[in-house]
Amino acid sequence: MLTWTIWVSFIGAGVIMLMKPEKKDLIRWIALVVASVGLLIGLFCFFTYDLGGSNYQFGNGDGVAWIPQFGIHFKVGVDGISLPLVLLTGIIAFTGVLYSWNIEERLNEFFGFFFVLIGGVYGVFQARDLFLLFVFYEIAIVPKYFIIAIWGSTRKEYGAMKLVLYSFAGSALVFIGALALYYTADLPGGKTFDLDALASANFPVSFQLWALPLVFVGFAVLAGMWPFHTWAPTGHVAAPTAASMLLAGVVMKLGAYGCLRVAIMLFPSGMTANVTLPLWFPAGMSGLVIHHFWSSVFAIIATINIVYGAMVALVQRDFKFVIGYSSVSHMGFVLLGLATLDLTGLKGSVMQMFSHGVVAGLLFAVVGRMVYERTHTRELSELGGLIKAMPFVGGVFIIGAFASMGLPGFSGFFAELLVLIGTWRAFPWLLLPIGIGIIITVAYTLRTIHKAFFGDRRNDMTKWDHLAPVTIQEKVASLMLVAILVIVGLYPPILLNMVDKSSDQFIKHHVKPSISGNLARQ
Amino acid sequence: MNSSNILHVLNLLTPEIVLCGLAFGVLLLDIIFFRSDSVEHRHEQLGCSVIIGLVMVFFIYALQYMDWQNTFVVGHGAFVASRLNTLFKMAVVGLALITVVIGFKTPYSTHVGEYYGLMLFSVLGMVFLISSEDLLMIFIALELISLTLYVLTAFQKGARRSVEGGLKYFIFGGFSAAFLLFGLSYIYGATGHTSLREIAGALQGDQLAKVPMKMLGIGILFTLVGLGFKIAAAPFHLWAPDAYEGAPTPVAAMIATGSKIASFVALTKLLLIGLPAAAGSALSWPTRWHSGWAGTVAIIAVLSMTIGNFAAIMQTNVKRLLAYSSVAHAGYILVAIVAIQASGVPAPSAAPAIYFYIIIYALTNIGAFGVVNAIGSKAGGDDFEHFTGMARRSPYLSLLMLIFMLSLAGIPPLAGFFGKFYLFAAAVQADPKNLGLLWLVAYAIAMSAVSLYYYLKLTKQMYVLPAKDPRRVTSNPAMNTSLGLIGLMVLLMGVFPNKVVERFENLNANPYPIWEAAVPPPPQPEIPVPAPAEKPAVPAPAAPAPKS
Repeated sequence: MLTWTIWVSFIGAGVIMLMKPEKKDLIRWIALVVASVGLLIGLFCFFTYDLGGSNYQFGNGDGVAWIPQFGIHFKVGVDGISLPLVLLTGIIAFTGVLYSWNIEERLNEFFGFFFVLIGGVYGVFQARDLFLLFVFYEIAIVPKYFIIAIWGSTRKEYGAMKLVLYSFAGSALVFIGALALYYTADLPGGKTFDLDALASANFPVSFQLWALPLVFVGFAVLAGMWPFHTWAPTGHVAAPTAASMLLAGVVMKLGAYGCLRVAIMLFPSGMTANVTLPLWFPAGMSGLVIHHFWSSVFAIIATINIVYGAMVALVQRDFKFVIGYSSVSHMGFVLLGLATLDLTGLKGSVMQMFSHGVVAGLLFAVVGRMVYERTHTRELSELGGLIKAMPFVGGVFIIGAFASMGLPGFSGFFAELLVLIGTWRAFPWLLLPIGIGIIITVAYTLRTIHKAFFGDRRNDMTKWDHLAPVTIQEKVASLMLVAILVIVGLYPPILLNMVDKSSDQFIKHHVKPSISGNLARQ
Repeated sequence: MNSSNILHVLNLLTPEIVLCGLAFGVLLLDIIFFRSDSVEHRHEQLGCSVIIGLVMVFFIYALQYMDWQNTFVVGHGAFVASRLNTLFKMAVVGLALITVVIGFKTPYSTHVGEYYGLMLFSVLGMVFLISSEDLLMIFIALELISLTLYVLTAFQKGARRSVEGGLKYFIFGGFSAAFLLFGLSYIYGATGHTSLREIAGALQGDQLAKVPMKMLGIGILFTLVGLGFKIAAAPFHLWAPDAYEGAPTPVAAMIATGSKIASFVALTKLLLIGLPAAAGSALSWPTRWHSGWAGTVAIIAVLSMTIGNFAAIMQTNVKRLLAYSSVAHAGYILVAIVAIQASGVPAPSAAPAIYFYIIIYALTNIGAFGVVNAIGSKAGGDDFEHFTGMARRSPYLSLLMLIFMLSLAGIPPLAGFFGKFYLFAAAVQADPKNLGLLWLVAYAIAMSAVSLYYYLKLTKQMYVLPAKDPRRVTSNPAMNTSLGLIGLMVLLMGVFPNKVVERFENLNANPYPIWEAAVPPPPQPEIPVPAPAEKPAVPAPAAPAPKS
């Protein structure tokens, strides 16, 4: 039944694409209906997920043979890790449609591309077959180009092309890795792309050591991993509001989810194996042994993400670039949680994916839709004093910014806390730079709030007196996102229970067996 | 040769005979009856009769395909009738049909009868090229295709570009034909046979030691150069952009699709059936690299992918872009050809993957050329600027072009994606234990990531930029329908490739079908005789032989 989220989106895209662009209101309402169907199905499954039942639910069992010659199945299903992300996609799609209410130009094509993208994202989160996952992953790439290049702003064609080429290059790495692992896997049931079967394949460690970085980096490009993050700020800034919400809110999570579901699940030993670097040392030492090599490398890169993203965000003059770089910084927490290979860290990582999805959606909506489309400038020096003209917008942004900072009471706090605990267990020496990163995060967030909404008294604030009022659609969408942040923040178990269960399963089945004897961790 | 066998042969050749008759018939009809009519009227009359004739041929092939279970070989492989070959012939005839529909009533020239006649002769050449497993027949069929296409390329006599393209095509083609003939003669000289199966026999096991390897090597190298020209693989591709750009668009479509299919089938057969023993290996360069054609083909593949993709980025003319993209696609296909014989035994899915890909590639390209023709003839040219804002002016054709471009770039769920997956998977499968061909596959995947850039550049012109000229562009219903069907097929073959894959794998399951000679080779004792007799004396007498 959850599969209908995919089909409804694709069918909706087709129907809207074929409509006359002049019938604007009809198109908007149909888009809202399509998005809300996805959201309602997601919500229903979210609340009926059986915590005591099997790990994967709402799927189709062992799948339907799709291309049997290659052992490719149409096999779907969600566990406690992917279900929150499916729900997140529904939320962002729904609010994205509401925030796109003011788009006038080529409306049918806009929502057509929009829902192709959404359908692809739903597919990735539900696929349990590597080939299927890859197909949906690639389907989600191309619509982004058109959405940004046609409806975007600042350097839109450059930003769109850069984003698409980065994503496609990343997926090329994954493709190479997928072909290699498909033929390397020695399974009793024959060659297959079934992820569960592949996970039990016990790839040779030497293979894992080069296949893991290939696949991990391939996916992590989309998660904004340093130094392949540069597509993210330019892409987010160029994109129209709904697309930046999707990009930062959901698409970046596709990358992180791929890292978890493919790279780590199939190659856990690649993460934890020790590598001897061929460095020469005086007398008797053959080289430098690095324990759990790739895990450490990715943890360090994730830390760079956190600190570097925050530092760059601190000096931005463009409001949207601040949010863009803050996304890079926050995705660092997600990657860090994955790299710890620790139960708590993994849970934090999944929580952070959800939380940052909502926060980024909210912040981009405020900047792109509510502020920029009224003031027609995003320069922080020209903004200022907006809180008087738009108290609602200011309030929403401040709540979102606090959630993004990780203030207790909002969802981000709990997520980052869990990641930090996981890091403390795995890489305690990383906590100092991360701490600095968190302080910088507070600094740039407060700076942005100050500059944009309060600002210098010398500024002429009367210029904001005639801004268009906030529409009902914007209010509904904003309140919805804020409510989710607060609910998850005040009552984390609503999300954490299922994340906990599936993360536990994941660690127990995929990570633990490869660690035993290999890694001296607790 | 008894009469019943002649009848059998004629029976096998029915569609080819009909096709040949059709070609002459169109010429004669034009000369005898329609000379005095207006050009448009002649186009209608002759075009419709060609369409009806081609549909007839297509159905005869379809009947043959459903009817046959065996493979029939006529005269040592001069003509081989198998289901696989028939499938390709159906594809070629179908593509010719679409080409005629695309070019219907486009006034390139007043020589209407010659236009259709030459086109049919070229199809005849393709059909024979697909069915022959004999060096001589391969050469004759290739020349039939080439000579007709040279003329067709230069058919727009008034246009400088058309004549220039035709001349370039002719000069390069003439050279390459010389290379090919020289190479084939050396292969014949080294092995003493012209039939591919007998050549393979002469290279088997301990027989191989008696073959002059240097001579064979030169023969194979020159043959690859000659065929490399036909498939427009780098560095033998220089004619392609000019010929594509200059030729009337339907003719360019024919060069890019039908003639490509036939040439690739011939190349695959030559290497797979005739020369598997000389494959060598291109695995894990350089440690396991053995001399043979596999290494040469791998180098050509790398060059084609690099030059094709990077040169395509620079193009501002859609037909030139498609030309360079076809160079790149030839490179992808060559990756799987390298894999055919990579580890000593034939890779099970390499040949089906090649077959699947060339069909997909031809379908997508003929669709793209159809859109280019429809838009180009109305917008006044094939440059990028003529396509600007087409999404507003012609949403239907633009959507189709988007589908074709994304399929060429390899975006799922379109057929191009699965085609590439199949090709590359087959290449890795050639040596699954050591992933010996992964280096080549990784390069190909990287290059196909580059290709997305220029395909998106074209679609950007159509979708992103505003139209300068707001008038709508439409095309006739027949063209719309056929292009729509192609688009639908590209989508369906991508979403449900399993049936097609199954068919190709079954047809290819036995790459050496049972020799069921429709005409028994008359000099029965001759087959064993030349083999031992010629071998010891081969190096000395064989060298002068090809010169004669």
